[in-house]
Amino acid sequence: MSLPFLVFFACAILAVAGAIVLIVAREPIHSALALILVMMALAVLYILLGAEFIAAVQIIVYAGAVMVLFVFVIMLLNAGVEERTDWSKIAKWIGLPLGFFLLLEVAHWLAHSSVGKAVANGAGGPQTAFSTTELSTALFRQYLFPFEATSILILIAILGALVLARKAE
Amino acid sequence: MSVVPVSYYLVLSGILFGLGVVAFVFKRNIITIFMAIELMLNAVNLAFVAFARAHNQLDGLVFVFFVIVVAAAEAAVGLAIVIVIMHNRETLNVERVNLLKF
Repeated sequence: MSLPFLVFFACAILAVAGAIVLIVAREPIHSALALILVMMALAVLYILLGAEFIAAVQIIVYAGAVMVLFVFVIMLLNAGVEERTDWSKIAKWIGLPLGFFLLLEVAHWLAHSSVGKAVANGAGGPQTAFSTTELSTALFRQYLFPFEATSILILIAILGALVLARKAE
Repeated sequence: MSVVPVSYYLVLSGILFGLGVVAFVFKRNIITIFMAIELMLNAVNLAFVAFARAHNQLDGLVFVFFVIVVAAAEAAVGLAIVIVIMHNRETLNVERVNLLKF
């Protein structure tokens, strides 16, 4: 087995293990740390796919800023052990079969549809990394309007968070 | 040097998304439910990057940027809402925030 496969499977196992720990952990802080593990593993996979800048953004913005926000709120609210309740009947009798059906459907699509086959047979394209220069050119030329729209979205989010978090009068 | 097929990434993305859905449905702590949403967004990002690699086009990566921005905005507003809920109702359990439940 060659090096890319070894790196891929190591990171894939880490990511899936982190996601499972997120589900079974009872302390929210353990879930947060597991999620950071998933994000780090995904960043390594982005480098493997040649998207180096995305990997850097993943670590800086996601694992850095967003998860620090989560950990900060967990600390601020002193979130302790999660209460367990019985599964609702809807989750048990409808949710589980539907979730299983969704997995089956995705697997079936990957295995049989023409799009899935075309993607599966592609060897992952040429192994040159995506250039950050081209990425920024696309972002500031072709996608300039969505880019500006997201800046307005962030402004609205800041205002919303401020309005929500201020003291009631 | 052989290359990992794109379908491997898509299968991993599907598994992570499924685990995110499971966490979203079964967790009771509202902060952990937000984390499940972040996990699902990450799985989608992986699929975007894998497809960008498969077609060798940059557009998938640009979409990943927008997903990350929206996730950050959503986390900021969502966690502010969580803090307000905690102040008003003294609980993080979503089953106790049931004023609108029939």
